[in-house]
Amino acid sequence: KPKTKRSKRFLQGREPKLNENIKNAMLIKGGNANQTVTQALKDIYSLKKPNAVMYKKKNITRPFEDQTSLEFFSKKSDCSLFLFGSHNKKRPDNLVFGRMFDFHVLDMIELGIEKFVSLKDVKNSKFPEGTKPLLIFAGDAFETDNEHKKLKSLLIDFFRGPTVSCVRLAGLEHVLHITALDGKIYFRSYKALLKKSGCRTPRIELEDMGPSFDFTMRRTHLASDDLYKTAHRQPKALKPKKKKNVSHDVFGTKYGRLHMQKQDLARLQTRKMKGLKKRKGE
Amino acid sequence: MAACSIEDVLAKAEREEVEKLKSISVHKEQELEFDPGNLFAFDKNPPNIREFRKLNKDEFLRSLARDNTQLLINELWKLPTERVEEVIVAKLPEPTTRLPREKPVPKPRPSTKWEEFAKLKGIQKKKKTNLVWDDVHKEWKRRWGYKRANDDTKEWLIEVPETADPNEDQFSKRIKAKKERVAKNELNRLRNIARGQKIKVPGVGLAPTEQQSKTELGKAIHVAKHSTASVGKFQGNLPKEKTPKNMGKKRKFEPLIGDFSAEKQKQLDLLNIMDSKKPRIDITKAVNKQMREEDRQSGFQKRKSPGKKGRKGNFSGKGKAKGKGKKGGPGGGSGGGNSKGGPGGGKNRKPRMKQGKR
Repeated sequence: KPKTKRSKRFLQGREPKLNENIKNAMLIKGGNANQTVTQALKDIYSLKKPNAVMYKKKNITRPFEDQTSLEFFSKKSDCSLFLFGSHNKKRPDNLVFGRMFDFHVLDMIELGIEKFVSLKDVKNSKFPEGTKPLLIFAGDAFETDNEHKKLKSLLIDFFRGPTVSCVRLAGLEHVLHITALDGKIYFRSYKALLKKSGCRTPRIELEDMGPSFDFTMRRTHLASDDLYKTAHRQPKALKPKKKKNVSHDVFGTKYGRLHMQKQDLARLQTRKMKGLKKRKGE
Repeated sequence: MAACSIEDVLAKAEREEVEKLKSISVHKEQELEFDPGNLFAFDKNPPNIREFRKLNKDEFLRSLARDNTQLLINELWKLPTERVEEVIVAKLPEPTTRLPREKPVPKPRPSTKWEEFAKLKGIQKKKKTNLVWDDVHKEWKRRWGYKRANDDTKEWLIEVPETADPNEDQFSKRIKAKKERVAKNELNRLRNIARGQKIKVPGVGLAPTEQQSKTELGKAIHVAKHSTASVGKFQGNLPKEKTPKNMGKKRKFEPLIGDFSAEKQKQLDLLNIMDSKKPRIDITKAVNKQMREEDRQSGFQKRKSPGKKGRKGNFSGKGKAKGKGKKGGPGGGSGGGNSKGGPGGGKNRKPRMKQGKR
């Protein structure tokens, strides 16, 4: 229970709101996490900073069996996204992406790292923290396969960054490109260079940057359809208000509509003709 | 000749235009799906697997990424822009991708009794100013709260109305009324919360809460312990419980019939002080000091701006007057009101008056 105004504001920040805060992510290491997995977690942490929490110690839990410890962590640190990394003989270099709704696991997707190029190995300059990346998904698997659809939604949630009203055009340099191809998922990160092209829109040249992963899809744990429905439900207050009695036609002219009572045409006031007015004598 | 060259120039310009557009145009079988609010694009075209296997994988992916990014950037450059502090900024629309929420939709706060009444009657909230002019103090003061304007509990003079009992204390009457209003407000607030959460509020005592703090639990224990016929006198303690000392007592008063010798001594001391012809204040010293102060002040005034006068005048005036009027407290305290009087007094340019214990 809050005793100071500051703690009260802190708790209010964590309450459910109409317009939500940006989702925080927690990055957890499993019981036996090897070098690859740890490095992968660190790289994703640097992509997701400052909206991410990295747990330094290893936690011996299995997300697919027991979700209570994950839910406890998420409640404590107010994180609704999590990334759990582990390594064993059966599932080497394992990353579990997941998200929560109301501090209960909504869905989890397990991805195995086939190939991994870390941020360290790439020599270029790094992005400033907190840049909103351009997300691009390619491949028809993301449209046809249900699990890929959910993965796409999860990855958008994970990497999209804060919702802003305006964005600086010159600052759009971070590009995350995810392709579903040949049964695998290729995650690449590029730096976009805006070159002159003669007209207003610049020509793009890409430079290799950042971590790149080759994933294979392993197990998934998706929520039931009605839980998805509840989670996606938007409050009515956020829906844009429709303005009544105003319409636009094809040419862009704005039309309004007035509702009048029935007028008695006999008593309608038209032009006054002072000369025709009846005088007292007549 | 000239005509040829003009035609050539025009043709060349056209070719250049086409080339420029080529550099930013990308051909795709199916249009991409864009969500500029999220800076997101989705390419549904099935990627060319044969090419992928032939070429170096990264090269293929990079060229694919370049094409898609180009299309997304084209889309983003179509957005309306504005200039904010020398930076060109594009206004993003609302994100269109449906993503699940983090927490469930908040339930609207249950309305209070007044809010329901106002809705029924159609009463609108009138916006009030933060500060109100207080004529008495001639300054702007808060409308409510600490040091508010027109605070009737803080008046120093109250006319006794004709209908009132002459022995009634009007000041304490106002303070009591204020306390009653505060208590009533608190009760109504709790009732509103209870109505919203559908729990009962007790008229007297503590309301049941889920997580009670240490102080609340302590209070609950105290209330429970003293709710016996003997007002808790014969209630034993739990094994490791300690009886809190001086619960509820803020001031210590000597018992009426206690230490006789101490009382006798106190009374005799008081009589001595009253008897002694020597005044508590050394009048000559005080008067000299006052005169010196005044001289110094007038000298200071001539040198410095008139703004400083107020402060000095305030100090010494108040200090001396209060000092003289002061009667001796219990033993102790230095004679006279001037705390820095004795040792430091001579050279002090700006005497700081600290009113000691009175």
